[in-house]
Amino acid sequence: MPIEVLMPALSPTMEAGKLAKWLKNEGDSVKAGDVIAEIETDKATMEVEAVDEGVLGKILVADGSEDVKVNTPIALILAEGEDASALKGDASRSADASGSKAEEQAKAEAKADAKPAKAESAAANPPAPKALPEPDVPEGTEFVTTTVREALRDAMLEEMKRDERVFLMGEEVAEYQGAYKISQGLLEEFGAERVIDTPITEHGFAGVGVGAALAGLKPIVEFMTFNFAMQAIDQIINSAAKTLYMSGGQMGCSIVFRGPNGAAARVAAQHSQDYAAWYSNVPGLTVIAPYTAADAKGLLKAAIRDENTVIFLENEILYGQSFPVPKLDDYVVPIGKAKVARPGKDVTLVSWSIGMTYALKAAEELAKEGIEAEVIDLRTIRPMDTETIVESVKKTGRLVTVEEGWAQSGVGAEIAARMMEHAFDWLDAPVARVTGKDVPMPYAANLEKLALPSVAEVVEAAKAVCYRD
Amino acid sequence: MAASAANAARSNADDAETVEAGDVLSFTKEQELHAYREMLLIRRFEEKAGQLYGMGLIGGFCHLYIGQEAVVIGMQMAVEPGDQVITGYRDHGHMLACEMDPKGVMAELTGRRGGYSKGKGGSMHMFSVEKQFYGGHGIVGAQVSLGTGLAFANKYKKNGKVSLVYFGDGASNQGQVYESFNMAKLWHLPAVYVIENNKYGMGTSVERASSNTNLSQRGLSFDIPGEQVDGMDVRAVRAAGERAIAHARSGKGPYILEMVTYRYRGHSMSDPAKYRSKDEVQKMRETHDPIEQVRARILKNEQASEDELKAIDKEVRDIVNAAAEFASNDPEPDPSELWTDILR
Repeated sequence: MPIEVLMPALSPTMEAGKLAKWLKNEGDSVKAGDVIAEIETDKATMEVEAVDEGVLGKILVADGSEDVKVNTPIALILAEGEDASALKGDASRSADASGSKAEEQAKAEAKADAKPAKAESAAANPPAPKALPEPDVPEGTEFVTTTVREALRDAMLEEMKRDERVFLMGEEVAEYQGAYKISQGLLEEFGAERVIDTPITEHGFAGVGVGAALAGLKPIVEFMTFNFAMQAIDQIINSAAKTLYMSGGQMGCSIVFRGPNGAAARVAAQHSQDYAAWYSNVPGLTVIAPYTAADAKGLLKAAIRDENTVIFLENEILYGQSFPVPKLDDYVVPIGKAKVARPGKDVTLVSWSIGMTYALKAAEELAKEGIEAEVIDLRTIRPMDTETIVESVKKTGRLVTVEEGWAQSGVGAEIAARMMEHAFDWLDAPVARVTGKDVPMPYAANLEKLALPSVAEVVEAAKAVCYRD
Repeated sequence: MAASAANAARSNADDAETVEAGDVLSFTKEQELHAYREMLLIRRFEEKAGQLYGMGLIGGFCHLYIGQEAVVIGMQMAVEPGDQVITGYRDHGHMLACEMDPKGVMAELTGRRGGYSKGKGGSMHMFSVEKQFYGGHGIVGAQVSLGTGLAFANKYKKNGKVSLVYFGDGASNQGQVYESFNMAKLWHLPAVYVIENNKYGMGTSVERASSNTNLSQRGLSFDIPGEQVDGMDVRAVRAAGERAIAHARSGKGPYILEMVTYRYRGHSMSDPAKYRSKDEVQKMRETHDPIEQVRARILKNEQASEDELKAIDKEVRDIVNAAAEFASNDPEPDPSELWTDILR
């Protein structure tokens, strides 16, 4: 049997990529370690090395094929002693190089053991919010399909052009173009004085950023992930968030700390924590966690302009997802305003960032069963738009919060407490929370999936508060 | 008066580069009298703060600068207008040296509305944008990264200013100090790191806390030059300060000055200082006091008479008494201030 070469996953969150170029032709002999192809992920172009020895018998996915799913067979290698006739048994597969939906599904199922967490993750295909038009987007505005990654870059690009005090610093933000390619092109545009690679020194460069902000600059400090910002949290809270108060209003700190937050995929406990609740606990901080690309752009622009310390929590899995972004010269989304992402009357689901993927999919499921869920995208965690949630609860009488972070002292706990204070008389059922499980994030794919919330859990919780089976 | 004396004191700045490390520039009469008056102001201010603490008018933590006055006054004689100062929690002397109003500083210590932070910061958290004083920081070592950020901003703005970053022997063992050293040298930031080695990090002597007690060498791994300075001699401090500041301003990057000094009082008001002998303290006071050294020189060189010095003493006492008076009678902040200055 010929050996199948599968489309490799080249990053923890990669689900598909472009087969940019074959470097070997059919009939070439290959040995382990030979570079056989180049693959473009959403972050970089990577080389694929052969693992097996033999002859490249058949190329199944041609040069330039886009969106080739991970684990799709891309070539067949003939082992020693095999000849082209061995390929015949694989004719059906080669004829179906692009892969029909049915076959892909079958393959995905067959490989369920290998990749369950990602294949079935709610984030795989993010449901588009049934976007109610933003109040500040004029009628007839053109929308451009944009990834969250590009939207974040565009926001920084526009604000750096607008204000010379704005600069970007962090690990790999300049020459490497960003560990997650968020800062692509910024070094070329603004030069090394304004796009600054730091050593691996989170505590130190967070403090340097805060000091520069105290002196009147407007730094954007990128953390490769917020997990690493724990090294720097003293500077964020004690130096950035508190100085305006401690100085009696004399000296403030206008700075944005941004980067991916929460779980990516299969990176285990130390790289998978959601910090929304931690930072939202602190007066003096503004905490933003957008879901869509439009919000990522509009809120990051607002964050950079803000005169205070802003924690901007991104999500690695969302970086590559595309959403419509209004084509406007200056699209700024106000901080502190939640958004009704899907209207409904029976139950309110509140979430933000990647949590929205569970909430919106759950709303679709619930609709099939005749339950109309209203989904609120909180967007800003602090200051929290309590009013929008209360208004929804007045209509639905039922509330479920959805977050990947832990339950205890979580954002959902805060929302529940606020509903006790502000909407008690309108609640027809106790507020339910769907959260990450109360465990460090495990590595094993099945355990990781169990540790995260699921669409099913959201559906179940929504039915429970509606007293439906 | 203070400003003009400071300007006079700076007039020798151009000669600084010609002076070898360890040399002590002799002061002019104006410089001696300036140093004497400014150091005395800190001394009397701190004594008064200690007194008000004992009376219950000042609460919480209160770290006095008594004994270390020559460090900050000598350094301020070497700066140019617009150079920044940032330090830790033992900060009253730095604020006075930056010409902040003693009334506003003392009223902050007593938690009154006329304080620099409207009573909301206290002893460890005061700032003055006008005087380029960036605090006043309560977390040991945090100001080193922040001060490096001030230097970063100077370079970014190309404004030719230098950031003076003060920290103690205790803070010199914090990790972020070295993270900051690395970036400062890597990026040639105009920072002068002033390590005030007063021999004890709270109750732990330098010998018990530091594997290498020569703190001026702490920048060696980063190729940052450093020198030890007699921090009890204001002339030595100023001379070293001018060398270091000129180095930083010229674009050569950071410089480290280890000021060997001594604090007479405990770490904070509640520290009985049992970790050292009374003799040790007494000896320092008698033989190395920074103010007495200047006073003795002034009299010996007949730069001023006893009576003239007494007049300075009286003027300083009056300023401190007026500050204490203000700080005792100024009202507490309005309760509505609880909710202000959280966001802009």
